[in-house]
Amino acid sequence: MDSSGDRWLLWVLRGSAVIAGGVTLLVILFLVAASVPAFQHLGVVRFFTDASWHPAEYAAEGTFNLWPMLVGSLLVTAGAVLIAAPLGVGAAVFCQYYAPGAVAATYRRAIELLAGIPSVVFGFWGLIVLVPMINQWHPPGQSLLAAVLILSLMILPTIAMISDASMAQLPDEYRFSAEALGLTRWATVRGVMLPAAAPGVLTGLILATGRAIGETLAVLMVCGNIVQIPTSAFEPVRTLTANIALEMAYAAGDHRASLFVTGLILTFIVVALVFIVEKINRRFSSLIP
Amino acid sequence: MKSLIHRQRKPADAFAAVILWVMAMAVSFVFVWIVFSIVAGGLSSISREFLTKPPEFSGRSGGISTVLVSTAVILMICLGAAVPLGIATALFLSEFTGNDEWFGRLVRRSLDVLAGVPSIVFGLFGSVFFCRVLGMGYSLIAGGLTLACMVLPIFIRSAEAGLRAVPEEYRSTAAALGISRRAVIFRLILPAAVPGLISGLILSLGRAAAETAALLYTSGYVDRMPESVFDSGRSLTVHIYDLAMNVPGGNSHAYGSALVLVVLLLIINGAATWIGEHGLRRRLIRS
Repeated sequence: MDSSGDRWLLWVLRGSAVIAGGVTLLVILFLVAASVPAFQHLGVVRFFTDASWHPAEYAAEGTFNLWPMLVGSLLVTAGAVLIAAPLGVGAAVFCQYYAPGAVAATYRRAIELLAGIPSVVFGFWGLIVLVPMINQWHPPGQSLLAAVLILSLMILPTIAMISDASMAQLPDEYRFSAEALGLTRWATVRGVMLPAAAPGVLTGLILATGRAIGETLAVLMVCGNIVQIPTSAFEPVRTLTANIALEMAYAAGDHRASLFVTGLILTFIVVALVFIVEKINRRFSSLIP
Repeated sequence: MKSLIHRQRKPADAFAAVILWVMAMAVSFVFVWIVFSIVAGGLSSISREFLTKPPEFSGRSGGISTVLVSTAVILMICLGAAVPLGIATALFLSEFTGNDEWFGRLVRRSLDVLAGVPSIVFGLFGSVFFCRVLGMGYSLIAGGLTLACMVLPIFIRSAEAGLRAVPEEYRSTAAALGISRRAVIFRLILPAAVPGLISGLILSLGRAAAETAALLYTSGYVDRMPESVFDSGRSLTVHIYDLAMNVPGGNSHAYGSALVLVVLLLIINGAATWIGEHGLRRRLIRS
């Protein structure tokens, strides 16, 4: 027995765990540190009450209203989740209870592959194929609608795969009992399976929401990037994430710091969603894969 | 199991079936449409020269050789940092902490948070921490390390799952024989967990290769051949983004690059799936 060697190993592993866990702390620390000048020179209120978003290096020279971009992010996310939720949950129900085995396997594989397409390729496809189509229908094409459609495709696999996995975990007795009661297939799905799988489906929806609100490139490439609160789905918008990607290249001083504030806001939203998922998981731990 | 639910001819039932089939066909159609556009648009620009020549005129002509080299270097740096740290952390979490120990719980909780951080925020962090504070500037190493932070939670989660799948008898038998923990870990547990570790590695590789936002302000845009890891270099994803958004007349080469990227990711993700299933089957047969 070599207990000194064991102790040495344990300390190396423990040290690694400290570093890995510490990365989170480091990320948040540097985000906060880089945001501080903005809070000092601008405060919080100006991000919502300034006349517009025309940032400058010094707080006094520019205007810093983030509100239209926060609205942009929320609209794009809400739209994408509204479209992807029925399609994603539908895909899971279809694979579990409706499709013949081979069709279900193929469809599952297609959704897995869809999940593997990188966001920049989604954005490129949206820019080349989708935006011109929307432009013909209702110019200018680069719009809230284009962003919503592309984003819904991107988050659909998350919803579908998590819902599918949580339905696969339901005990067979549920199906047998529903069968014994003489329920039709749809009544079984709607009355028994969906409610039983609800925590898992909800987890998928929340994770997809987090993914949507944090997505940058695909949205940036198709949304038009004009800072405004849109009055129709055909108008361009700009999201918080796109704003960071577009302006980091030349931002300095308080402008740069306010981009970090944006990053901080996004992180808080997504982390809050992660904690909600964890709450759900803990309460319904037996029902979630 | 499916046959146990009879097809009954009630209107609501038939209607639901039709809706589900239509939705599935619509999603499949869009998927095929995307793949078809990328393949049709990309095939014409793919050639030996495209893969072996450097870009000319901001990528409008020439090839993507330097971009491929930068991408490979960034990914190697990413895995080189994330894999050793990830395996060590996963070993600690699976072998040395129960679920209830506060330190293990804290590490897991912070990795969960890290997994949720949007990729553009990693880009912000990297541009301050690696580029400025550590003085790396826009460089391949800054980009690679930023990606390493991003994939760390994914890798640790799947490595830990791989380690936990090693049968408990290995540990108890070895303990009964009086073998040291160190020997158990290096001779028994790690070798048995190799399929899980590799599929975690490939999963992380796929995620890193698909990333753009975290690289824009860490590894930068330069499309020349990098001479060291401290040079800036653009990844394939950044190349596609730049061609599509900033280079008029760059679309045909953007298509070509997108096709190369998608094929690369298909291979990576396919390998991860194959190893995942293969490794799982081996374990099931053994037990």
